[in-house]
Amino acid sequence: MAETTTPTPTETAAPALTAPRREPRGYSVRSLPGFAVIAIFTFFALYAPILILVTYSFNAGTSLAIWEGFSLRWYYQAAANEAVQDAAIRSLYLAFCAATIATVAATMAALATTRTRRFPGKTMIYALINQPLMIPEIVTAVALLIVFAAIKVWTGHTSMIYLIAAHTAFCVPFAYLPIRARLETMDNTLETAAQDLYASRWLTFRRVTLPLMWPGIVAGLMLAFVISLDDVVITEFVKSAGQETIPTYMLGQLRRVVTPEVNAISTVILMAGVILVALFFRLTSRRR
Amino acid sequence: MSAQAETPFPPGALEREAETADTRRRWLLSLPAIAIIVCAAAGPLLVMVIYSFLTPGDYGNVKWEFSLEGWMNTIVQRDIFDDTLIWADAHLSIFWRSFSLSLITTILTLIIGVPTAWFVATQPPGRREFWLFLVTVPFWTNLLVRTIAIQELIRSEGVINLVLLKIGIIDEPLQMMFTDFAIGFGMTYVYLPLMVLPVYAAVDKLDFRLVEAAHDLYASRWTAFRRVILPLIKPGIIAGSILVFVPCLGAYVTPRVLGGGKNLMFGNLIELQFGAGRNWPLGAALSLMLMAAVMVALIFYVRITSREKADG
Amino acid sequence: MKTLAITASALALAASGAFAQELNIYNWGNYTNPKLIEKFEAETGIKVTITDYDSNDTALAKVKAGGHGFDIVVPSASYVPIWIGEGLLAETRPDQMENAKNLDPVWIDVDWDPGRHYTVPWQWGTTGVVVNTKYYDGDIDTSAIFLDPPDELKGKINVVPEMGDVMGLAIMYHGGMPCDDDRELLRKVRDTLVEAKQHWLGMDYGNIEKFAKEDMWAGVNWNGSTFRMRLANENIQYGYPKEGYVVWMDSVAVLKDAQNMEEAKTFQNFIMEPENAALISEFARYANGILGSDEFMPDEMKTAREILIPEELKDKGVFIPTCAPETQALYTRIWTDLQK
Repeated sequence: MAETTTPTPTETAAPALTAPRREPRGYSVRSLPGFAVIAIFTFFALYAPILILVTYSFNAGTSLAIWEGFSLRWYYQAAANEAVQDAAIRSLYLAFCAATIATVAATMAALATTRTRRFPGKTMIYALINQPLMIPEIVTAVALLIVFAAIKVWTGHTSMIYLIAAHTAFCVPFAYLPIRARLETMDNTLETAAQDLYASRWLTFRRVTLPLMWPGIVAGLMLAFVISLDDVVITEFVKSAGQETIPTYMLGQLRRVVTPEVNAISTVILMAGVILVALFFRLTSRRR
Repeated sequence: MSAQAETPFPPGALEREAETADTRRRWLLSLPAIAIIVCAAAGPLLVMVIYSFLTPGDYGNVKWEFSLEGWMNTIVQRDIFDDTLIWADAHLSIFWRSFSLSLITTILTLIIGVPTAWFVATQPPGRREFWLFLVTVPFWTNLLVRTIAIQELIRSEGVINLVLLKIGIIDEPLQMMFTDFAIGFGMTYVYLPLMVLPVYAAVDKLDFRLVEAAHDLYASRWTAFRRVILPLIKPGIIAGSILVFVPCLGAYVTPRVLGGGKNLMFGNLIELQFGAGRNWPLGAALSLMLMAAVMVALIFYVRITSREKADG
Repeated sequence: MKTLAITASALALAASGAFAQELNIYNWGNYTNPKLIEKFEAETGIKVTITDYDSNDTALAKVKAGGHGFDIVVPSASYVPIWIGEGLLAETRPDQMENAKNLDPVWIDVDWDPGRHYTVPWQWGTTGVVVNTKYYDGDIDTSAIFLDPPDELKGKINVVPEMGDVMGLAIMYHGGMPCDDDRELLRKVRDTLVEAKQHWLGMDYGNIEKFAKEDMWAGVNWNGSTFRMRLANENIQYGYPKEGYVVWMDSVAVLKDAQNMEEAKTFQNFIMEPENAALISEFARYANGILGSDEFMPDEMKTAREILIPEELKDKGVFIPTCAPETQALYTRIWTDLQK
C-alpha cells in the first residue's frame, strides 16, 4: 500500500534512493533468524493456559484444577443462571461501547498530535491522554466513586452511562498509543500529493490517510476491547445495583469457591468471538 | 480530519495566522479524547489531590481537617514502638519491587513481543489482522480463571514439569508456583498484547526495500536489524514499552495472585490504605507521587524525541 | 416436586415481568443460594437483584458515597458498629419480627448489635488453621502451625491475606486480645510474624485446589472453606488454636436510604425461617444462627468438625471487635512491615 512513501528521515534513509539490485540472497529480508521460532513458541504459550481453561469447563467436578470426568454440567448451570448471562452480555456491551468511542476519540487525537511541529499545548495533550495509565486503578476507582455517587444522588440517574464513561476514559491511552505509533512511521507525502491533485481534506483523509493508518486503528481497537473486558477494580467501585460484569462476578467468588461455571462462560464468549471474527475476515477477504 | 501537511506558506503574518489556525484545529481534534479523560479520569482525580491534604477518617474516608501527614508519611513515619521519626523504608522497598518487576516485564515482553509482532506483520496482507486477532483472543476470557490456568501449568505436577521430566532435563519437579519466575511469566503473559499490537502497527508499515538496500550494501543481518529496522519501528517499540511499563508499576491483581501475595506491590500498598488500612490521605499522596514521577518521565521523553525530530 | 413447582412459578413470574416489587441485595460474592432467592421470589412476588462485593471496606465506601440503589447489605460483625455509627442502617427491629422466635438466644445479645435492633444473622464461622495430616501428625489445635511451624510443614504454608484475622490470631498466640494496643506485645507479634513468614509459601485466597492437590500443606483458613477441602482430600483437618481463634458473623441489615424498605424487612423475616436459613448454610457451608435449621441441613454438615466446635475449645473463640482507629493504624503498619 504505502510502498512509495519515504520513511521518517534517518541516516539510513539514503540507500533507498539507489536503484535496488537484485542479487540472489539465500534468505528473505522479511524473515529474521529465530523470530519465527519465538513467534510460534509465543502462540503456543498463549494458548496453553486457554486450553486448560477450556478443558476444565467440561469438568464433572466443582474444581478448576481437579479433573473428575467429562460433563456439560457447567454449561447447563450457566445456561440456567440468568445473573451470569446478564453479566456476560453486560461485559461485552460495555467493552464494545467503550472501545469504539475510545478508538474514535484516540484516532482524532493521534492525528492532531503527530506529524506536526510543536504547537502550544502539545505536551499537555499528550500527558493528559496518557494520564489514566499512570495511576493505580484503585485510586481512579475511589475518585470516580466519590464524584459519580454525587452525580447519581443529584440526578437520581443510575444507568450504565457511568460505567461506559469510566471505561472509555481508561481505554483512550490504550487505543491512542498504537495509532500514534503507526502515524509516526508515516509522513505527509501522499496526503500532500492528494491535495495537490485537488482532493478535498475529507476525501484525502478517507482515501489516503485512513487506509494508511488502518492497521494502527485495528490494533488500538482490539487492545481497548480486551482492556475493558478485563477491568475489575474500577467497575467494582462504579457499578450500581444490578450492574455486575463477569470480572466483578468473579472477584466476588475469589474468597469462596471458584467453579468452572466462569470457564464455561469464557469458552462461550471465546467461541462466539472467534466465529464472528472468522466470518468477518472470510467476507472481507472475498470482497478483495 | 485536518492533520494534513503544512504546505509552505509565505513568511510572516500569513504564516503566523496559519499556525494559529492549525493549532486551533489540532486542539479541536483532540477535544473528544481530552473531554472524556477530564470527565471520567483526570478530573475526579482532583478529589484525590484534596484528600491527600486532609486527615484520615476514623473508619475510612476523610475528615475535613487540613493535614500534611499524608504527604509526610510517604517518606518519613513515626516508629510505632519508640515514636522516633524514621524513613518509611517499607514504602521504598515496595516501590523498588514494583519498579524492578515492571522493568523485567517490559524487557521480557520486548524479547517475546517484537518477534511475534514481526511474524504477524510479515504475513500476507489479507491474513495479518487475523493473526493479530489470534494474539488478543486469549484475553477475551476472564483474568482470574486465566491466572488459575497459568498456575495449573506451573504447579509441581503441572504440564511444564511433566514435560521437562519426560524429556529428562530435570530429575525432580521445579517449585515454580509463587516464585518470582511465576510472577515474571504471568506478567509477561498478561501484558504481551500491549507490546505486540503497537509494534505490529509499526512493522506493518516497514518499507522492506530499505532493508534490501542495506543488505545490498553488505550489511549483515544483525547490522541491518540494528541500523535500519530498529530505528524505523522505534515508535512502536516505545509505545509498547510505555503501555507495558507504566500500568505495570501500579498493577497488583496479577502479581498478587501469581506471586502468592507474600510481598506487597506498590498498588497493593495503596489499595491497603483505601481498604483495611483506613488511611485515604496516605493512599492519595502515594499515588499522586507515583503519577508525578511517571508524568515527569513521559514529558521528558516527549521533549527529547521532539527535539530529535527537529534536529533530523 | 415442590421446589420444581416453585421454580416453575418463579420462572413464569420472571418471564411475565409481573414483579411489582423489587429488592436489591448487596452481598459477598458467591454467598447467596440461588434456591433461597427463587423461594423468596415465589413466596412473596418480590423480584430480587443481587450485586456482589468482595470486601467490607468496599461495601462501606460505596454505600457511604450514596447513589448506590441497594436495600440490603451483609456486613461482618466488626463492621456493624461502624455502619450503625455512620447512620447508614435502618432500625428495622428484627427482634420484634414474626420469626424472631427462631433466633438462637446465643446470637441475640451480641456486642455489635445488642438485642438485634438492626441485623439478622446470615452465617457465622471461624478462622483457624488447616493441616494436611499426611505430612504432620502432631497437635493441630494451635496457632504454632503457622507462627512457629514444625519443620515438616515449612515452605508449604499458606496464610489468608486478611489483616484482622491474622493479627488477631497472632496477638492471641502471645496472650493478648484482638484490638490490644500494648506496644511490647505488638513488638513480639511483629517479630513472630516476620520470623514465621520466611516459612510461608504464600498469602493467598482461593486455594482449595492447592490444598486438595497438596501443593500446600498447612495454613490459616476459614472453616467452611476447609470443609470443602476435606471433601476433596480426606487428609485435610481443621484445627481450633487453643491460644484463641477468631469467630466471625455476617449479618443482614437494611440501609437507611433503601428504596424498598418493606420488601427488605420481609427478607429479614424470611431468612429467620429455619428451612430458609438451612438453604443459606447448604450453599456456603457455614452455620447460621437460627434454631431448628439443623434438621434441614445436609447430613455431612451435622457431624463435621469444621462446623461443630469441640466442647473443650468452645470458650477459646473470640469475636474481633471494632478496633479504635489508632490501633487499626498500628496494625496497618505492622502488616505493611510484614510484607515489605
